[in-house]
Amino acid sequence: MSKAALEKLQATFGDAILETHSDCGDDTALVKAESWKPICEFLRKDPQLDFDYLVDLCGVDYPERAAQKQRIEVVLHLCSIGKRHRLRLKARVGSGEDEELEGAEIDSVTSIWPGANWFERETYDMLGVTFRGHPDMRRILMYPEFVGHPLLKTYPAQRTQPLVAYRTEEEAGVPLEKQAPFGDDEGLAFPRNDHDRDAEDPRTKLNPHKTEAI
Amino acid sequence: MSEVVLDASEQGFATTRLEDLLGWARKYSLFMYPFVTACCGMEFMSLTGPRFDLSRFGAEAPRFSPRQSDLLWVVGTISQRQAPVLRRIYEQMMDPKWVLAFGTCASCGGFYDNYTTVPGIDKIIKCDVYVPGCPPRPEAVLDGLMLIQDKIASGDRRPRTVKPREDPAELLPAGRRLNVLKEPPPKRFSTKEDA
Ligand code: SF4
Repeated sequence: MSKAALEKLQATFGDAILETHSDCGDDTALVKAESWKPICEFLRKDPQLDFDYLVDLCGVDYPERAAQKQRIEVVLHLCSIGKRHRLRLKARVGSGEDEELEGAEIDSVTSIWPGANWFERETYDMLGVTFRGHPDMRRILMYPEFVGHPLLKTYPAQRTQPLVAYRTEEEAGVPLEKQAPFGDDEGLAFPRNDHDRDAEDPRTKLNPHKTEAI
Repeated sequence: MSEVVLDASEQGFATTRLEDLLGWARKYSLFMYPFVTACCGMEFMSLTGPRFDLSRFGAEAPRFSPRQSDLLWVVGTISQRQAPVLRRIYEQMMDPKWVLAFGTCASCGGFYDNYTTVPGIDKIIKCDVYVPGCPPRPEAVLDGLMLIQDKIASGDRRPRTVKPREDPAELLPAGRRLNVLKEPPPKRFSTKEDA
């Protein structure tokens, strides 16, 4: 609907807009991370576009793009209440293998949409993207003692970081292994803890989320 | 035990053991502390409401200070971040104290098998009775409360789990059933027995 917005963006920012598409009617622009804030300012201020509502800001981890310094995709969804159109803006930042991210930084848009504050904190907490100029760049969901960023694809699915040390059987004085029906399988046809199992295991085929790297 | 005491009120005295007498007195005057964190709280509300009426069991008065209560209800998912709070609440309660894990999340973490959820409150505090269900039916929780009362009366501190009950709707004569499927629903998962 707001193809006009994409065209206007391309006309104004030229090379900073890397890709655009309107699949399924969702207008999307992939932009250079350096131009993130000027583009956002333009989208907010331009009287024809007038994106006055920040719907969502989040991130996605693509470990296979680390070599191109495009590991984390920051995704911003905007909406204009007055003009009734929407836009999705993406930028790719960061490199680094495993859990060490390098250069995962982008400008904060909190000064443009104050509502971005907690979304940016969440993206920082879950994926480790630092937002430059954010007034309060702290974790928001996990506790300050937490190490790493749990929604990175490289964060081991089974790793927990308890704040209170778990009791041992000696301390408890009673058996701690789970009684039925709280055992490993909980009555299902496959066990609970099979995130990290061998992909050859036919039972993991039940898990539709386990797909090949793109 | 209660018959003994009732008889005693007629005759003037009774002999018993002190623990038995204390257990009998305690089991009908539980002051509960509801530690409600998630969706199970909805079922907890219906449990304390007039339909299922927890007060029939003497566990009527919720105390919103752990120092005044002796039964801790852990109702809902406990995240790692909440674990120190739960532990502290438990430590503030005065002895003797009992803990009931309400629902699968409190009992074993439920389907949250991830970086943020404590896999069962027994990992951090003592737990007396586990009530399975997501959320459990109020009847199951009443079973759990009666299990706690039995444990208090007998002085047994070993953890126990509420056993599943039969669906009462199935026991009604066919004409009186409300909305009960004539045939069992199709199976969604294959079970170990099928394999
Ligand atoms: S057991 Fe189910 S209903 Fe209860 S807190 Fe967990 S997810 Fe919610």
